[in-house]
Amino acid sequence: MKVGVLALQGAFARHVQMLGDLGVSGTEVRTADELSDVDALVLPGGESTTMSMLLDSSGLRDEVADRISGGMPVLGTCAGMILLAAHVADGRPDQRSFAAIDIDVRRNGYGRQVDSFESDLDVTDLDEPFHGVFIRAPVVDRVGDGVEVLATVDGRPVLCSQGSVVVASFHPEMAGDGRIHGRFLDMAFDA
Amino acid sequence: MSDVTRSTGTQLVKRGLAEMLKGGVIMDVVDPVQAKIAEDAGAVAVMALERVPSDIRRDGGVARMSDPEMIEGIKEVVTIPVMAKARIGHFAEAQILQALGVDYVDESEVLTPADEAHHIDKWAFDVPFVCGATNLGEALRRISEGACLIRSKGEAGTGNIVEAVRHLRSILGDMRRITQADQAELFDWAKRLQAPLPLIQEIAETGVLPVPMFCAGGIATPADAALVMQLGAQSVFVGSGIFKSDDPAPRARAIVEAATNFEDPTMLAKVSRGLGSAMPGLEIGQLETRLADRGW
Repeated sequence: MKVGVLALQGAFARHVQMLGDLGVSGTEVRTADELSDVDALVLPGGESTTMSMLLDSSGLRDEVADRISGGMPVLGTCAGMILLAAHVADGRPDQRSFAAIDIDVRRNGYGRQVDSFESDLDVTDLDEPFHGVFIRAPVVDRVGDGVEVLATVDGRPVLCSQGSVVVASFHPEMAGDGRIHGRFLDMAFDA
Repeated sequence: MSDVTRSTGTQLVKRGLAEMLKGGVIMDVVDPVQAKIAEDAGAVAVMALERVPSDIRRDGGVARMSDPEMIEGIKEVVTIPVMAKARIGHFAEAQILQALGVDYVDESEVLTPADEAHHIDKWAFDVPFVCGATNLGEALRRISEGACLIRSKGEAGTGNIVEAVRHLRSILGDMRRITQADQAELFDWAKRLQAPLPLIQEIAETGVLPVPMFCAGGIATPADAALVMQLGAQSVFVGSGIFKSDDPAPRARAIVEAATNFEDPTMLAKVSRGLGSAMPGLEIGQLETRLADRGW
């Protein structure tokens, strides 16, 4: 199985490294050809507005949307979560998301950079807490019925899954802990 | 899963924002209109300042932190991170920028230095700092003072890429040499670079800087961005290069595309077409003031 990391902008190298640490070859995806070569896709953190524009100019938007509706497993972190959400508040008017998971998010909902924070999270099915790194992170304002909430901060969901889609408002690629990625890979392999 | 303890202003979240800006373009803007153009073109962040470097160079005089009202005006119109510049050593300006809620402070040689010996103690702040460097020693001194992002300085406001290339090659070349050095030679490297030994040892082990490294100073075309990113810069700051060109919006957009497709010459050829004239450039040898010399 080959896992792609959307490499238009952002912290994609960290995800590739994390996948490598877990024994999976992560490949950078910038074109439709590169996308057709992978079985699962990670949408990394970065600037969601920039990535959204580059999805259009690279011709990847429709291709990614098709693959997601075809059941390709996807993991979205921070900006990646925004790109996968059903509805995005406080974004740009021209910003579009894939609506791959039934959640509504608010960009920079936890505040500006001075409000960025680290915090230990209790995650469903993980024995030990996971160290969450939240950077100008999106807030989840609504979760649909079919969405499983796997972790929360102050009552707000920060890790959710639905079908073959997993989203985190924090950065599991930044914590030196592969358990969230591992869980995604287990799900993707089984799928 | 109730209330959790949050730590803010940590090295991880400060360096983390720099990680998120990788593969992108940070654009200098002097008012909300330019800020909007920058965001529309796909900038990952904007740098709010009163005059772009080429105007500072032309006008002379003391260049200071921007008016808070102007910074707030820019914060209001964009959703991407907003950076702003403080003078070298001017920690009071940095305190004000932090109070304004800017996302990154650039302790910048483009402004007139406030202290001839000391840079800001950046550990004392929750807001992260980016600092310029012309060589590896300077980069490591800034990191030891708490900088979470390094940008090679280049020569701001010239539209001439030659200094940026020199600085990048110097920083990355010395890093490659350090990875080849034996333990005893690392002490000499620390002495020669006037840099803390633990950081030299870390580079010897990892082969990379402990923080991300971007490039600034003289980038005027998509090809310039591709050049410095192939050399090893992870993102680019573009100052005068956009808003001093004939047609800023398409040029800004083209440089954004170049930062993503920096290894794809076909794409670079496509995005470089029909952009009009780049900013007029300056010969480095004919400059009265070398901004890159500021910083210690």
